[in-house]
Amino acid sequence: MGKAWLDLWVGLFVVAGIGALLFLALKVGSMSSVNMAESYQVSAHFDNIGGLKVRAPVKSAGVVVGRVSAISFDDKTYEAEVVLSLDKRYAFPKDTSAAILTSGLLGEQYIGLEAGGDSVKLTNGDRVKLTQSAVVLENLIGQFLFSKAQEGAPNETAE
Amino acid sequence: MIAPLRQIAKLGRRTLDAVTRMGIAARFFLATLMRSGVSFRRFSLTIREIYFAGVLSLVIIMVSGLFVGMVLGLQGYETLVTYGSESALGVVVALALVRELGPVVAALLFASRAGSAITAEIGLMKATEQLAAMEMMAVDPVARVVAPRFWGGVISMPLLAALFSAVGIFGGYLVGVVLIGVDEGTFWSQMQDAVDFEEDILNGVIKSAVFGVAVTAIAVFEGYDALPTAEGVSRATTRTVVTSSLVILALDFVLTSFMFRGV
Repeated sequence: MGKAWLDLWVGLFVVAGIGALLFLALKVGSMSSVNMAESYQVSAHFDNIGGLKVRAPVKSAGVVVGRVSAISFDDKTYEAEVVLSLDKRYAFPKDTSAAILTSGLLGEQYIGLEAGGDSVKLTNGDRVKLTQSAVVLENLIGQFLFSKAQEGAPNETAE
Repeated sequence: MIAPLRQIAKLGRRTLDAVTRMGIAARFFLATLMRSGVSFRRFSLTIREIYFAGVLSLVIIMVSGLFVGMVLGLQGYETLVTYGSESALGVVVALALVRELGPVVAALLFASRAGSAITAEIGLMKATEQLAAMEMMAVDPVARVVAPRFWGGVISMPLLAALFSAVGIFGGYLVGVVLIGVDEGTFWSQMQDAVDFEEDILNGVIKSAVFGVAVTAIAVFEGYDALPTAEGVSRATTRTVVTSSLVILALDFVLTSFMFRGV
């Protein structure tokens, strides 16, 4: 086989290999969805973040507008501090509220932003004041059982 | 010496031989690295070896990748449908391939397809005294014969593993979406949500690069170390496949435990 053919085959092989890597990175992986070159950081305090993880999406009206970039525990207030990095293309009013929601019944947790009516916009380093914690299933079941037990109690005393 | 002691002495000699051999292998590996200047200065030598190790392995890698992906699609669907979550099929297929099966199975195939060929070639060159002839002509056989084969294999392996994973995901897509009828949108979007570029894809590439170094280093050493007889070459070829398969699986466990620490 001639040298030119050899070079051609190896060149094709390398191109195919790099093409496969690009396919994995762009189509299979999530590299295409994090094309946020410009972002600004906003923090939010939650009583309980449930199963929220770093890099979880931040959604508003169901559209991904950013990602959770850091989660830490504040031992002054005993709250969780979550840093959100939001896409610079989207501005939110200062009185925007953040809630930790779950996609589907058992899906991953994400942060939902609900825009307020303030005319001043959130900027880098601001804090979202209105927050709503994650719903912890165990607490919910506990409350349900407790209220059921209370419903049953008066009947017993009446007899 | 009494019989039990002789047995123990035999065991001791075996151990010493094994350690010595590992030492020789390590020194040979270092020598290959030190003398690989030629394989980059005269890159056409390495290109030839990429052709033999990489391009000629393409068919077996891609066909196996397709079938592994299709099997994953079928089996994953069968399991997931009992929980009503067949939309996660893309995640199952992609993560299994990118994290584990792509690098590992591609490396196993590469060891038996290209590694054995490298060992047989170098071993036969030694048996027919071509290496000795080179040395007589003041041509360094390690620089001229061993290093290009080593680098050819090291360059080929990550590309082959990436192709294996990509073709495998396509196979899973064929079975899951085209044949069974899982929704195409959820198949891809759930996959993109779950597969992380650094965590999964980059770690897979690192794995395959490590396997490539291990397999080709074993292959060139076994060839160079082979007894210069027909039987010696055949034994060396067998050892290449057995040793590199075991090393791939052991290294895979070590690498995985460093990369995915259950976070």
